[in-house]
Amino acid sequence: MGDLRERSERVWGWLADVPDPEIPAVSIVDLGIVREVNWHDEPAGAVCEVVITPTYSGCPATEVIGRSIEEALRERGVERVRLQSRIAPAWTTDWMTSEGRRKLSEYGIAPPARRADGRQVIDITRLRRRTVDDAPVACPRCGSAHTAPVSRHGSTPCKALHRCLDCLEPFDYFKCH
Amino acid sequence: MLLDDKSIYLMRLGDNALVLAQRLSEWCGKGPAFEEDMALTNTALDLIGQARMWLSYAGEVEGRGRDEDALAFRRDSHEFTNLLLVEQPNGDYANTVVRQFFFDVWHQLVLDALTRSADDRIADIASKAIKEVAYHLRRSIDLFVRLGDGSAESRRRMQAAVDELWMYTGEMFKADETEELLGAQGLACDPSTLKDAWLAMVHEVFAEATLELPAGEWMQKGGKQGRHGEHLGLLLAEMQFLQRAYPGATW
Repeated sequence: MGDLRERSERVWGWLADVPDPEIPAVSIVDLGIVREVNWHDEPAGAVCEVVITPTYSGCPATEVIGRSIEEALRERGVERVRLQSRIAPAWTTDWMTSEGRRKLSEYGIAPPARRADGRQVIDITRLRRRTVDDAPVACPRCGSAHTAPVSRHGSTPCKALHRCLDCLEPFDYFKCH
Repeated sequence: MLLDDKSIYLMRLGDNALVLAQRLSEWCGKGPAFEEDMALTNTALDLIGQARMWLSYAGEVEGRGRDEDALAFRRDSHEFTNLLLVEQPNGDYANTVVRQFFFDVWHQLVLDALTRSADDRIADIASKAIKEVAYHLRRSIDLFVRLGDGSAESRRRMQAAVDELWMYTGEMFKADETEELLGAQGLACDPSTLKDAWLAMVHEVFAEATLELPAGEWMQKGGKQGRHGEHLGLLLAEMQFLQRAYPGATW
């Protein structure tokens, strides 16, 4: 079945085809949800261990993602799959690949406007800031930075609703986390 | 005994999140604006996820074979250890906003302290939760100020809510034996150490919201020890009905 590294790389390739259930334009690899792929040669047979991390604590897609991974691997002949969920280090949008960001934009969702780089600190003097993430968000349709938030919450925990003040279209914004 | 205290402490964190999430969920479909409906339910969803992490850990530490579902759906109100603040009814929107603001400031401070817990799993859960709670707090502060420094009607309602809920804020800082023990071990933080920071932020936000801080010193307590008002019983009756009527039911 090839050496361990080859096997792992192959699995990574398969997982890159597993779409996020809520935003099918991007894969779970693009979103930085898959953290590790390890093969263990055990007496009963080889086991493929996939380590994933949940995004938002209550994200309902997490369980679906787990099942999709198992299905994807079983379909390709991997009989023994072990899923491991790891909460630390905490998932951050900084783990989103540039490919993922590009795909989001193409799909019509503005990607995170800045890096998270550690925890968010509440600074009360910034209460009245008009942007959701304290950074200008570019419209995924016309590219204008002249946009405004409509709501800090959107269709899923990870998104906020914005609108473009130039082309006037509304769009989802993937929040920096 | 340390293990029992640890599971109780974890349960308190989980119960706060769970009960508050249930309260916020009661607004689903009934919010004063679509945006608000989404905001409250998104916040509730974060809190449910956090409750799951805390309660799962609590059940493991307790070692009596109870998992997150058993703890959430098959305990009676005298076994719940949430703060009295979070079980208070939603009331009007001002009441909901004030309750959330008081809680969010405390929640962020507690989670920040817990990221430094000597217990890795507590630190890990806290590090994940605090990112979401920072967002909740940002929203709470924003709304508190908008409604406080709003119309005469909104300010009146906000002040009334503040006056009503103030007596539930003290419990957040009253350490009991469990917290003292765990604090000494570096596993949890002594909540009394959070009071000054909480008050400082509350003062600032109140000033911007043009609301008056109540002078009352008498505080309600007992939630952490399982002594609740009648509100919790009704809340649990609704939340637990399905699992109680059809034990072990799954999707």
